[in-house]
Amino acid sequence: MIVFEKPKALADVKLHYCPGCTHGIIHRLVAEAIDELGIEGRTIGVAPVGCSVFAYNYFNCDMVQAAHGRAPAVATGVKRADPNNIVFTYQGDGDLAAIGTAETVHSAARGENITVIFVNNAIYGMTGGQMAPTTLPGQVTQTSPYGRQVESVGYPVKVCELLSNVTGAAYLERVAVNDVKNVKNAARAIKKAFRYQLEGKGFSLIEVLSTCPTNWGLTPDKALKWLEENMMPYYPLGVYKDKYAEEAGK
Amino acid sequence: MADKVLMKGNEALAEAAIMAGCRHYFGYPITPQTEVAAYLAKRMPQIGGTFLQAESEVAAINMVIGVASAGKRVMTSSSSPGISLKSEGISYLAGCDLPALIVNVQRGGPGLGGIQPSQSDYFQATRGAGHGDFRMLVLAPASVQEMASLVFKGFDLADKYRMTTMILADGTMGQMMEPVSLDMGEVKAYDKPWAVTGTKGERTHNIVNSLSLLPEELEQWNIKRYAMYKEIEENEAMYEEFMADDADIVVVAFGVAARVARNAIVAAREKGIKAGMIRPITLWPFPKKVLFEKAKTAKAFISVELNMGQMIEDVELAIRCSRPVTLCSRTGGMIPTPEQVLQSIEEAAAKNGGDK
Amino acid sequence: MAKVTFREERCKGCGLCVGACPKKIVALDETKLNQQGHHPAKVTEPEKCIGCAFCATMCPDCVITVER
Repeated sequence: MIVFEKPKALADVKLHYCPGCTHGIIHRLVAEAIDELGIEGRTIGVAPVGCSVFAYNYFNCDMVQAAHGRAPAVATGVKRADPNNIVFTYQGDGDLAAIGTAETVHSAARGENITVIFVNNAIYGMTGGQMAPTTLPGQVTQTSPYGRQVESVGYPVKVCELLSNVTGAAYLERVAVNDVKNVKNAARAIKKAFRYQLEGKGFSLIEVLSTCPTNWGLTPDKALKWLEENMMPYYPLGVYKDKYAEEAGK
Repeated sequence: MADKVLMKGNEALAEAAIMAGCRHYFGYPITPQTEVAAYLAKRMPQIGGTFLQAESEVAAINMVIGVASAGKRVMTSSSSPGISLKSEGISYLAGCDLPALIVNVQRGGPGLGGIQPSQSDYFQATRGAGHGDFRMLVLAPASVQEMASLVFKGFDLADKYRMTTMILADGTMGQMMEPVSLDMGEVKAYDKPWAVTGTKGERTHNIVNSLSLLPEELEQWNIKRYAMYKEIEENEAMYEEFMADDADIVVVAFGVAARVARNAIVAAREKGIKAGMIRPITLWPFPKKVLFEKAKTAKAFISVELNMGQMIEDVELAIRCSRPVTLCSRTGGMIPTPEQVLQSIEEAAAKNGGDK
Repeated sequence: MAKVTFREERCKGCGLCVGACPKKIVALDETKLNQQGHHPAKVTEPEKCIGCAFCATMCPDCVITVER
């Protein structure tokens, strides 16, 4: 009996990601959720600009490639065109938390019934490792060569914390893919986010802490360690909002 | 023929969009096009459509991209500074070969400019609507009737060619009240097998995309699009002639400028000057052929515009600079008077021997 | 008995599967290079495999299929 294989919603092609980049794991988790819920035929994904721009080639469902940061607005249009379809965006930290901040906050504020997969690896990958809105204080990047100086460039944006004050958001959770236990938890959260959309519960965002071995300058296994030791303390894992759990608890 | 009703330009435009099957509108408030949004905010919920006020023009145009990707008719409207913000999305619409309709109720610029009528976005609409090699269909209404009929036509052209249609209007067209017939005829349905409607497990996935990292491939996309643009230039140019048959002095004007020019031409004819007008209805494709033909018999051309002289370049190109072309314009929200246009006609006639 | 198969040509030799294996029986095959130029992962002692699929769970490239 097969206990593990490539999910069907994931295209049978080689991913372009660097060795050890955990984008591949997150792609697989999204595809697993689509498979398990049986929604591939009515799912439409929106790809970002950044390392995961080619996500449109990797999912077997229909895909749209959006301009940098605009995926939630494009997803809003796709969803409004046919609310029976399941619409997700897949976005990196530069895309979602810098150039696309307005689109992120307002799609959440509207309670847009879409699922946002937010991959936070604390750096701009595609352009070669520049400082991101989520780059940690002191973290060295190409454009913060002396480490992120919070006195001059300010502090990282904590997306889940920020959105937890947005009334329209239904479900916000931060997960990580640094070890088996966390990957399994991330799978649960992503599936739940899609399920919420199926149930018409509104806007959900899963922030996934991810690695960038190439631009962090670390081997893949050390990158997992770096994520655990540096990112997880700054970006604590957990549920930041679950409107329906809160209501059920009342 | 259905009865005519008295309507404001902006409302006639919005109602025609609904008649064309548009059920999705995304916008952001800006003067002087707010009535389009206000009208649709009332109407869309009545017919099960979507009216959504976005957080910015940038978001609105990307919502348009979303609906267009899903294969449905969709529109947005704005005014000059807002169109600049939409230019990113307009380029993506072109790169993804998506049909959409955008209304620009122009105001004076540059920058925040003013809120009075203007035609100073002619270059932007016909040349630089965004980055990259592409064109938009640009339609310029000169009456409330055309505010309606060109929207209806614009949706059809957009679907036919998988392109953006821009309605290039101005505040006077939007505010003006005139009798209008909303008998628009049948909506032609187009197959959209490329749209992201969900595979339903029956086909391989569709991808709506404008990225192409292979230069050979990107070049081919652009060449293919330009071959289509050439076909459009051949077949879709629209214009109206007014007393142009025997004209020595040919006025070229669109939108509100054409309405002003019409009075001046009648006055010039009364003074014995053979003046006439070619009114471009499509600014792209520009009605080059008719102007080229007119240049064989006309003595001079006058471009009447609400800007510092933008369309005049297309007039000169169309006639290959074979006749003198002068500019008669006001800008910044000012409108030329019939007297000013008449004076330009008289000067052109005096200088170039237009028959008295 | 569990069976783990590797789609070697897709393997990028990142080693995330190696670190994930509780039995320490996954390794990069340094005697081999795939078409991408990576040492592909393999199971060194198949008889010790418990079919937990931890290796596959951490693989970013869907290289691994696990049967039990």
